[in-house]
Amino acid sequence: MNRPPPAFRHRNHPAWWAFAVHRISGLVLALFLPLHFWALGQAIAGEAALDGFLRWTANPLAKLAETGLVILLAAHLAGGLRILAIEFLPWSPRQKAAVAASAGFAVAAGLLFLFNVGAA
Amino acid sequence: MKAAIEARIWRGGAEGRFETFSVPRRDSQTVLDVVTFVQRRLDPTLSYRYACRVGMCGSCAMTVNGRPRWTCRTHVSRLGEGPLTIEPLANLPRIKDLAVDMVPFFDKWAKAGGRFVPSADAGADFAAVEPASPARREADAGIECIGCAVCYAACDLVSWNPDYLGPAALNRAWTLVSDVRDGGQAERLAAVAGDAGCHACHSQQSCREHCPKSLNPTASIAGLKRAALRAALKGGA
Repeated sequence: MNRPPPAFRHRNHPAWWAFAVHRISGLVLALFLPLHFWALGQAIAGEAALDGFLRWTANPLAKLAETGLVILLAAHLAGGLRILAIEFLPWSPRQKAAVAASAGFAVAAGLLFLFNVGAA
Repeated sequence: MKAAIEARIWRGGAEGRFETFSVPRRDSQTVLDVVTFVQRRLDPTLSYRYACRVGMCGSCAMTVNGRPRWTCRTHVSRLGEGPLTIEPLANLPRIKDLAVDMVPFFDKWAKAGGRFVPSADAGADFAAVEPASPARREADAGIECIGCAVCYAACDLVSWNPDYLGPAALNRAWTLVSDVRDGGQAERLAAVAGDAGCHACHSQQSCREHCPKSLNPTASIAGLKRAALRAALKGGA
């Protein structure tokens, strides 16, 4: 039988994994912010510097990373809404469905971004 | 099915080791039966705790294969053929072998204002509480807790912050917050709204997932968060 390691056995349920995704996506997005501000800062350095950076982001690997970012952002947004619903609305017995819907929203947002990139 | 169960049992206190015992497999055998067999037939120095054997007292909770469970209600046959790893409950001081010190757990019930505070004097007539009223339904959903500490052992927040009151104590507080007869609401909300109270819960829901009585402490804690927020907006807590 393929079982998770002992430290994770009591955590191996959808709501815990949703928590983990929410926490990790938040941390990764926070780490991305300095890069985001640096990129915006290129505009101050001049048009050529910003254009040069934007041209670089057109490469496939950067687009793939951007897709990852969109998925993380969507996952964090949906996860946050799920938590707000738990805390401010009457309890819903459909917790697993809420986790699945959050995950579905994140994947859909990522795919939509990827298809738009492909279409552009 | 193998004829014998390989039972790895924690021996010692905070420091210790696993000791392996071979226990004959039986029909309808529970994990508590395995532990009892070891103590009665193989090693009488093994310490563990149980009372009712039928899922009423909640004293036989242990960590079985990494999950907190009532050992009396966990059939060995449902855990597969692999070795059975039996440890004391997590998040509580280990006394010896499989017995933990429950004092910190129950101390937190007191800290969370888990005591009913009468609002009427003893001479008053019976309080008329409509069973179908929303508040009574909220209270009824949580009052069946028997204090086994399975939720407390499953909670990451307790392991990250040892002061965190934990799911059981907060669930108890919520049943009293929802009790229209209780007169200690302001003090109780102040007690549960601190750093180590209801707002520390991350809604991971391991308490709800593992509660052997299928109670939902996460929902109770969410109720406390709303009640504390309402009180704060009114300038209460």
